[in-house]
Amino acid sequence: MFKSLMTWVDDRFPATKMWNEHLAEYYAPKNFNFWYFFGSLALLVLVIQIISGIFLTMHYKPDGAMAFASVEYIMRDVPYGWLIRYIHSTGATAFFVVVYLHMFRGLMYGSFKKPRELVWLFGMFIYLALMAEAFMGYLLPWGQMSFWGAQVIISLFGALPIIGEPLTLWIRGDFVISDATLNRFFALHVIALPIVLLGLVVAHIIALHEVGSNNPEGVEIKKHKDENGIPLDGIPFHPYYSVKDIVGVIVFLMFFSLVLFFAPEGGGYLLEHANFIPSDPLKTPEHIAPVWYFTPFYAILRAVPDKLMGVIAMGAAIVVLFLLPWIDQCKVKSVRYRGLSFKILLTVFIISFIALGRLGMLPATPFLTLLSQIFSVLYFGFFIALYFTSKNEKTKPVPERITK
Amino acid sequence: MRNLPSVILLSIVLGFSGSVMAAGGNVHLDKAPGDLTDTESLKRGAQAFADNCLSCHAADYMRYNRIGRDLGWTDLEVTEKLINTRGADGEKTKVGELMKIAMDNDYSSVAFGTKIPGLTVTARAKGADWLYTYLRTFYLDDSRPTGMNNLAFADVGMPHVLWEKQGLQKAIFKTEKGEDGNDKHIFEKMEIVQAGTMSVEEYDAYVGDLVNFMVYMGEPMQLERKSLGIKVLIFLFIFAIVAYMLKKEYWKDVH
Repeated sequence: MFKSLMTWVDDRFPATKMWNEHLAEYYAPKNFNFWYFFGSLALLVLVIQIISGIFLTMHYKPDGAMAFASVEYIMRDVPYGWLIRYIHSTGATAFFVVVYLHMFRGLMYGSFKKPRELVWLFGMFIYLALMAEAFMGYLLPWGQMSFWGAQVIISLFGALPIIGEPLTLWIRGDFVISDATLNRFFALHVIALPIVLLGLVVAHIIALHEVGSNNPEGVEIKKHKDENGIPLDGIPFHPYYSVKDIVGVIVFLMFFSLVLFFAPEGGGYLLEHANFIPSDPLKTPEHIAPVWYFTPFYAILRAVPDKLMGVIAMGAAIVVLFLLPWIDQCKVKSVRYRGLSFKILLTVFIISFIALGRLGMLPATPFLTLLSQIFSVLYFGFFIALYFTSKNEKTKPVPERITK
Repeated sequence: MRNLPSVILLSIVLGFSGSVMAAGGNVHLDKAPGDLTDTESLKRGAQAFADNCLSCHAADYMRYNRIGRDLGWTDLEVTEKLINTRGADGEKTKVGELMKIAMDNDYSSVAFGTKIPGLTVTARAKGADWLYTYLRTFYLDDSRPTGMNNLAFADVGMPHVLWEKQGLQKAIFKTEKGEDGNDKHIFEKMEIVQAGTMSVEEYDAYVGDLVNFMVYMGEPMQLERKSLGIKVLIFLFIFAIVAYMLKKEYWKDVH
């Protein structure tokens, strides 16, 4: 019965073919470790955000006079509205946590290298779209931080010569952040950017499944195949990695639940305290800090004394990540077989990124600004040094096949 | 390189410790004695809130009957104890309505020089300790229009509504040379000038109840949230064991 139904469908739509290509006969290296959970987790969080977002949209009012109250209405009067809202707000942070770890994995094991440059580029565009999505979503609760955070970020575009001021006006749709801004950010947050994100995620996965997954050894499993053309060191994604990823999903959900149920404000880092005050264009909060996932770039922005140069530096900090496949010219992929120089550079880079993230949360005192400047130099220094050292790096011999 | 993951995770955790909360400058904040499971304290706090705050400040994301449901009052009790307003039709405000006030913003802007903020989620914006300190540190200051100033909220516009209960107090400052060479006034202690109807302990407890209620009102489902969280974690824990065993079973033939 089921079989004949599937035949009927397969004659008209490649359902079984797609299932096999992407799951049952997609051969993944058998040595995925801890770091390989975060791709599927990112997909999970995307689904969580879309579903919780749909329910929030049913009750939220994108109206300058009603937005703040409608969020509290969701928190109080909508049955389990608080749960949906906290899932969505915690989900935003979870998204960036898993995406940052996912990107770090790529960096560590050289997953961005030939032939996976497009996988990396699609991923970077996802990251970019995600930042826009998060930024616009943060305006919607319409609290003080929503308002002033958006005010600060949008005004950055004003630093651009000639087009700057008209551009900020065009983005806001008004001379200040207002109802017009809220409405368009709502439209972009719930329709435009999710569509872009979904499209990019599909492209990311198709590109990945075309070239096959990298692994902690950085070995190409497609080099050694058996008589049926199946990689000797590969195992079908389903059932092996589907059952493994379920374990990862549950462990992730435990951490997610710990925040969601026991610390949804995240000590003021996830839901900022000032955002429980309705937006007021006449009162500037004493300390405006972006949410944690933007702070590394915010710290770079503030490290540069000139506003325009700061904006350029901040943009460059993101753009440079796109270029990574061409900056890193070492043929060896995994950190396990790369030279000492790469290990040192990577460590310095990660420390700089985390330090910048911390500094971006704090008020800019002269000493902290100096620290931001040092770590900004180290951040960019990573890419420059990598460009010059990676070509002639002293690497270790890479095994032919996966042995551990 | 093996322990790089743990180093990074550790630094993320360390990097996130501490708090960004800066509500009232550098004033020392007293610890508020809150306990959300203490329903009697919450009831006293609700009463204090309705009696003292709810004529100028609204709590207009909160419904009266939610308080009754959560704290164990009938609708009739809530109406009698907490509701003091009437609608445009002259009828007493219904128990299912939001906790609004009669004063409009235009009037309060003229009278107090600012829009009077709603208080539903103030405890989440300012924190319990700040509220507890703020409500106990009004002191006499002739330079202010209300004759009062406040340690936690300098040059506050709000008069000391609870002065009859607390009494009037004078703040003693000592003057020290700051690092920049300018004189700095450092708060030393309060001195009662005129006693109120309550002792210091009674007043602290009264404000403690009020703040406890405001913390509850800021997020009325807090206790439900935590108890649901425990159930979810227990479920996930059991599910994790099952999932791990399933994974092990499948992966037998890989190694």
